[in-house]
Amino acid sequence: MAYVAVKGGERAIEAAHAWLARERRGDPGLPALTVGQIEQQLGLAVDRVMAEGACHDRGLAALAIKQARGDLIEAAFLLRAYRTTLPRFAASLPLDTGAMRIRRRISATYKDLPGGQVLGPTFDYTHRLLDFALAAEDEAPPPPPEASAEAERMPRVTGILAQEGLMQGEVAGEAEPPDLTREPLAFPAERPLRLQSLARGDEGFLLALGYSTQRGYGNAHPFVGEIRMGEVTVEIVPPELGFAIEIGEITVTECQMVNQFAGSKTEPPQFTRGYGLTFGHAERKAMAMALVDRALRARELGEEATAPAESEEFVLYHCDNVEATGFVEHLKLPHYVDFQSELEKIRQLRATALREAAE
Amino acid sequence: MSDATGSEGAAPDPARRRWMGVLARASAAEIAERLAALPPPPPHRRLRAPETGLVMARGRQGGDGAPFNLGEMTVTRCSVALPDGRIGHAYVAGRDRRQAELAALLDALLQDADRRPALLAAVIEPLAAAQAARAAQQAARAAATRVQFFTMATMR
Repeated sequence: MAYVAVKGGERAIEAAHAWLARERRGDPGLPALTVGQIEQQLGLAVDRVMAEGACHDRGLAALAIKQARGDLIEAAFLLRAYRTTLPRFAASLPLDTGAMRIRRRISATYKDLPGGQVLGPTFDYTHRLLDFALAAEDEAPPPPPEASAEAERMPRVTGILAQEGLMQGEVAGEAEPPDLTREPLAFPAERPLRLQSLARGDEGFLLALGYSTQRGYGNAHPFVGEIRMGEVTVEIVPPELGFAIEIGEITVTECQMVNQFAGSKTEPPQFTRGYGLTFGHAERKAMAMALVDRALRARELGEEATAPAESEEFVLYHCDNVEATGFVEHLKLPHYVDFQSELEKIRQLRATALREAAE
Repeated sequence: MSDATGSEGAAPDPARRRWMGVLARASAAEIAERLAALPPPPPHRRLRAPETGLVMARGRQGGDGAPFNLGEMTVTRCSVALPDGRIGHAYVAGRDRRQAELAALLDALLQDADRRPALLAAVIEPLAAAQAARAAQQAARAAATRVQFFTMATMR
């Protein structure tokens, strides 16, 4: 199937876009949303667009959300398109999430752990009742309480397990990782490539796949070893300087999912990890990513890979919502010539079938 | 594309690394406000006008394993020269060209040992203090949400 170029319709298209602009603005009697308001007050939508747009810039993501009328996939698409106009200066040193300035850090595996459980700004334990006070003109809520913060280290839970030898170590090494934005996907995909793909993958798709592994499509027995969210420093080594400098801080969310592993000929039974890391505060995405990362490790761990979430081609070819929307939505474009041939074929087949039935 | 192993090149100058990091975290308005309290700096020449591009942010698999590409971020860079030939560089997260130019200008000025004490005292230290105060407030808010979960006796 293919679509064909068509001519004409310019005036209709102009009129449609003019109407779109008006619909986007909504009732002109109401004040227009500013990009700053979106960035500040719809922060989690901004985070999602940055993650799926694979470009960290809060202001650009907020602008994209405004332009896309709140359609977050369209907004991610706009951000991806914009990034292609910019040159790449460098790659950062790997972020040190162990040195994160923690805003939230919880573990479902250890009640008491060094550094403690820090809830941070979370929806957890809220009642999920609509707050009609927000529908009225809202006032700034009072500043949140503060407590004296001891400078206690927050070691990773995976590190605690590793000390006992119960957690499989990560492959070390500083090899230049593959880059999806430069080289198309190739299979088998190694873990760094899979993680890049998952990090920009659609939250809904990964959520459903992660859920499927919990429900039995896959052999997952996951525990949230740790979720942490906060600010990490980004460093690069500019060639003109030759040493690492800090270029700023970004917010990221990290999830370490702890999973059983029966062991193999070379390794004793131990825990393995699924890993999730995303831009911004995106806990559901980080958890889903960690579940799917672990499922995709089935092959390298010598496990049977039968479930959808364990198929790297299935997952990686379909998790990118910008690609997916492009291919699904292209069906709206004119397929008149294609369809003409389909019409002729079906008429012929029907005629043959009817003739044979009459004989 | 540049790799980020950090093994090549000059030895890092800790003082320079620090002021560059502080300037990268400060807004153009904050820097300009501090700079305005000092005698005007000499005119600078742009070696590389402020330019916005991308840095690929990397993570590590499992948090401590081999690197992977997490996603890109916008970064603005600028390089300037002073009449005395000193050259300043800046790479700052985001798209603020004025911030990048001010940071590059200050990087050049701060390399002059005669100017450095005044600039550190009037610009860098106050900015660093404001940044530390913001971080401390964040940490204090986080500390107020620290919980102790108690496991019930009937639970396994």
